[in-house]
Amino acid sequence: MYQFNVYRIGPEIKIGEIDLSFTNASLFMVISSLAVLIIFNLGSKKSSLIPNRIQLLAELSYTFVSKMISDTAGSKAKPYFSFIFSLFMFVLFCNMFGMIPYAFTVTSHIIVTFVLAAFIFIGVTVIGFIKHGFGYLKLFVPSGVPVVLLPLIVVIEVISYLSRPVSLSVRLFANMMAGHTMMKVFGGFVISLGVVGGWLPLGFSVALTGLEILVAFLQAYVFAILTCIYLNDALNLHH
Amino acid sequence: MFLKFSQITFFYFLLLSQVNGAESGGMPQLNPEFWFSQIFWLIITFGFMFVVLSKLVLPKISENLETRKAQISENIESAEKQRLESENKIKEYNKLILESKNEAKNYFNQAREKILKDVDKKRENLEKEINEEISKAEKEIEDLKNKSPDKVRKIAIETSSDLIKQVIGVDVNNSSISAIVEDISRKRN
Repeated sequence: MYQFNVYRIGPEIKIGEIDLSFTNASLFMVISSLAVLIIFNLGSKKSSLIPNRIQLLAELSYTFVSKMISDTAGSKAKPYFSFIFSLFMFVLFCNMFGMIPYAFTVTSHIIVTFVLAAFIFIGVTVIGFIKHGFGYLKLFVPSGVPVVLLPLIVVIEVISYLSRPVSLSVRLFANMMAGHTMMKVFGGFVISLGVVGGWLPLGFSVALTGLEILVAFLQAYVFAILTCIYLNDALNLHH
Repeated sequence: MFLKFSQITFFYFLLLSQVNGAESGGMPQLNPEFWFSQIFWLIITFGFMFVVLSKLVLPKISENLETRKAQISENIESAEKQRLESENKIKEYNKLILESKNEAKNYFNQAREKILKDVDKKRENLEKEINEEISKAEKEIEDLKNKSPDKVRKIAIETSSDLIKQVIGVDVNNSSISAIVEDISRKRN
């Protein structure tokens, strides 16, 4: 589990009792966000009628995310486009950078994903209450349910609503951690079985790398689209 | 509130880490040593990226996309316009050709009529002239016809008087000869 270790890079920074030192996790956050910024800045610099490769990449990502948002949350979600875009790109780049050998996967730490998910949860709830006032509580009372079942349903709905940040964060964290652990395990098999028996786990390792790249994209996508769905609940209340 | 929330999760996972921590230190994810550092740097990097993206980069990309869309639709519009224009021009051209064809036909017809008229007129004139000539000739012939018996008689009388003179050597009275000639010609007739 060495690959998940967080260690300090440079001096120890402490504010009061809280340790805010720059770590390898911080390094990869900085790398990911800078990579996103560089790629999209290059992609938006020139405005030619026929885009070059990097511009095409930036514009395709833009239309991809904006289509995802408008499909799931409608046109009302447009003001939140840049947040969801940043979220998707940040998670995607963190996942992808984690695929480089010896790199650190930022999203394989529950605290990171949980902070993101908690921020989304709180933000969505605040938006919901601002848009609908106390009418937002109708979210917990689905229409067309028999009155007898109502107390039970409301309790279940509240629990499912409150578990959203946990499920959102654990999904991403667990996927990343499990994938990397599995690759580490198969890598360990290659070493321990040696030249004779190591080829099979090596093949598995190669296949898993492909799978993990897919998962890295998919989990970023799922994270973003679930954010859109939660946002949709807050913006268009039609339960 | 947020701090309290994170404290709760903190202790929850602390407990978990103690449960799992039996072998080789457990999961590093559950070691809270660097949690605040991670939260702090996450907020800084993500916040910075979000601000720059939303203020500088994304508006530019959206603007680029809009201008491209506008440019393409403009081009399509102008192409459509030009198509219509060219269609109109083709129509005009066809009309012009039709008109000029008609005009040419008219000219041709007029010229033909004129020529026909001319020909008719000339023929009429010619026929008139010919008729006149014919009638003149007929008159002359008639005249000649009318005059010929007298002349023939005269010639006959003269020749017969000459003949008689040469043969016999006597001048004969013209009147007697003429009487004879008349007598003969009457008999002949």
